[in-house]
Amino acid sequence: MLEARGLETFYGGAQILNGVSVHAGRGEVVALLGRNGAGKTTTMKSIMGLVVPRKGSVRFSGQDITGWPPFRINRLGLGYVPEDRRIFKDLTVLENLEVGRQPSAGDGPVWTPERLFELFPNLRDRQDNLGSQLSGGEQQMLTIARTLMGNPSAILLDEPSEGIAPVIVAQLAETVRELKREGLAILLSEQSLHFARAVSDRADIIEKGQIRYSGSFAELDEQPEILRKYLAV
Amino acid sequence: MSDAPFYFAQFLTGLASASSLFLVASGLSLIFGVTRIVNFAHGSFYMLGAFTAYSLVNALPSGIFGFWSSVFLSALLVGLIGAMFEFVVLRRIYRAPELFQLVATFALVLIIQDAALWIWGAEDLLGPRAPGLDGAIEIFGERIPEYDLALIVAGPAVLLAVWLFLHRSRWGTLIRAATEDREMAGALGVNQSLLFTAVFFLGSFLAGLGGALQVPREAASLLMDLNVIAEAFVVVVIGGMGSIVGAFLAAVLVAELNAFGILVLPKITIVLAFIVMAVVLIVRPWGLLGKPQAGQHGAGEPEQPLRPLAGLPLVAALIVVAALVLAPAIAGDFMLVLLTDFLVAALFAASLHFIMGPGGMISFGHAVFFGLGAYGAALLVKFAGAGMIVALAVAPLCAAAAGVVVGWFCVRLSGVYLAMLTLAVAQIVWSIAFQWQDVTGGDDGIVGVWPAQWAASKAAYYYVALVLCLGGIWLLHRFTHAPFGYGLRAGRDSSLRAESIGINVHAHQWMAFVIAGGLAGVAGSVFVFSKGSIFPDELAIPRSVDGLIMVLLGGIKMLFGPIAGAAAFTFLEDIVTRLSYWRAIFGGLILLIVLAAPDGVAGGFARLTTRWRGKALQAKP
Repeated sequence: MLEARGLETFYGGAQILNGVSVHAGRGEVVALLGRNGAGKTTTMKSIMGLVVPRKGSVRFSGQDITGWPPFRINRLGLGYVPEDRRIFKDLTVLENLEVGRQPSAGDGPVWTPERLFELFPNLRDRQDNLGSQLSGGEQQMLTIARTLMGNPSAILLDEPSEGIAPVIVAQLAETVRELKREGLAILLSEQSLHFARAVSDRADIIEKGQIRYSGSFAELDEQPEILRKYLAV
Repeated sequence: MSDAPFYFAQFLTGLASASSLFLVASGLSLIFGVTRIVNFAHGSFYMLGAFTAYSLVNALPSGIFGFWSSVFLSALLVGLIGAMFEFVVLRRIYRAPELFQLVATFALVLIIQDAALWIWGAEDLLGPRAPGLDGAIEIFGERIPEYDLALIVAGPAVLLAVWLFLHRSRWGTLIRAATEDREMAGALGVNQSLLFTAVFFLGSFLAGLGGALQVPREAASLLMDLNVIAEAFVVVVIGGMGSIVGAFLAAVLVAELNAFGILVLPKITIVLAFIVMAVVLIVRPWGLLGKPQAGQHGAGEPEQPLRPLAGLPLVAALIVVAALVLAPAIAGDFMLVLLTDFLVAALFAASLHFIMGPGGMISFGHAVFFGLGAYGAALLVKFAGAGMIVALAVAPLCAAAAGVVVGWFCVRLSGVYLAMLTLAVAQIVWSIAFQWQDVTGGDDGIVGVWPAQWAASKAAYYYVALVLCLGGIWLLHRFTHAPFGYGLRAGRDSSLRAESIGINVHAHQWMAFVIAGGLAGVAGSVFVFSKGSIFPDELAIPRSVDGLIMVLLGGIKMLFGPIAGAAAFTFLEDIVTRLSYWRAIFGGLILLIVLAAPDGVAGGFARLTTRWRGKALQAKP
């Protein structure tokens, strides 16, 4: 479904990714774990075409999308939910959803604002509020909902639990499971092992721009030294 | 009391002018909002709209239908030209530093100016009155042209139409989203390129419409472009970049200021508007209805560190200096004059680069300091009977003093607002030089400012210029690599972090303005003695843009870029200005360079050498 291979990405002269490979299949949630600055967000951006990797390739939906502009990647059915949410603050909730609307490209579920309000009931009452008037949790829901309006078959979910109240985090976990049931491939970046474990099938651990571990959570639990080395604060 | 009807009539005239100003400014604001391009060519689109409408009105059958279809067709045509420019030129350089786009739009100004001269000639062209609206209506005993009343209605009508488009259509929603965060819009599947082209079409359409509607009121002339662009900038900045409603309010404000200002201070109405803009910017640094500019995501490559001159580049620089010192031995008088021009341009460009590169502040009005140095020297000679040495020593201090004042305001602003304030200052100082005939000689300038006896020969004066200009450039190099320069660059890269380690960012930037102003003043005073005269043109907007072109030709990230840029500019200008339609040729050349080397002449050279050395350090954009 989605497969990135050997990504090497630079910011100026600094190499951020050192040959990162990740993949996610239909209905699979893969957690990309790592500390701040390990390269999670850069991996996401490299896949989405927001930064162009110098080496490596990205395949999605049977096509080589390396070097494509982000809008074409999106229209092929790959959704991107940024870490800092990036809600359009001067637009209402409904208008934010409208910006994300794209015809369905693949076999992903089809979303309407009405269906999204079922998934995120909090947003229903705030349809006509401006993005700037939403709470952090509501903004996080809106940014996911906005991406879903593009009817993606896979999404990149960058640190959704960051800075969100625990109640909302539980709600987000339920949402991710729901999307998995709908058949979406999800690449989820997280610092919180707890949240990742609750929703993901597999874990990839990234550190200094390299994948250091790739496997199940059960195997990971048997190797506490990996957790300590790459994740513990 | 008996004056009331007259004032009311004046008020209505102001409103009618506001409509056309609003059309131009709203297009400019839309384009800036979405593409972050300050479109210098917007005034040219307005002028094209006026000329095209003039021709069409005369070509189409007269009558109401003919008139209004010519207005509409002109706007449409101008819109298409704008879209084409975006498609052919700007689209290729969106990833280049944003000033490149600015220079590209200025190249278009030059091209359109000569194209209009070629097609319509130099005469002012007054169109026929609008059929059906050619009478006047008496209001409180004053006769108000019907056409003015129609324009008063047209402004708000267009405002409403644009507002509805932006707020009630999908395209409008996408435009507003892209205004806020275009990268995110792209990641959500919005085709930015298409959106940009569309916005350019719409913006240029509005400018063309503004120009076309003006034809029955005002003669179409070749001066329209830069006149209206200065006013439109003011309107957009007062209203807030990107805000259509703000542009409307500001257009009314500025037009009324003009309408009433002309009664009180007929000569300085434009100055009045610029003063209002300065006041608004100080109180609300992002305009009446604008929003503080958020840091754009994905703003591009981080700045490369600058290194002091050493090793091979140092040797190269020394060879250039040696060649310049030896030049009089072989070069004739003509070449020496050209080399003097180059030295002046190099110091001017280097001082502008100092605030733009290491300082990170864009100035559209750097010619002010150049001009103040030049006028300062000329006035000292003319009124105080000062000798050349005294004039050369004191005049730069005038420019530096202006740097103290201008800098104080400027460092409180950022980005495009700062640039606009410098433009405003430039326009004010230009107006003063242009209109204060008793002192500056107005348009006739000050003549007869020649070097002292011992420096009268071309070669002797060349050495004076060489010492002062190279000395100035050397000083700038020292400043850049002194702790002061580190602080300045730290403030540019992250003002918050710089402040938190104890650097007073404002003070550094202010100081940079004073230094750059003083050294531009040196360039100006050297200039005036080399030419023997000074005219207001030397501190007008095009002169400031010359500086920008030099800096960008050279590449903003390179310390020695401005010198390479000044060399390229001086020699190109010398060759090209001998040709007829040189503006168009020059504009075309600038476009070519911008397209071929988006990181400038020196940048392109550096790229070649790194490739040559096989070092692929510089990431491909």
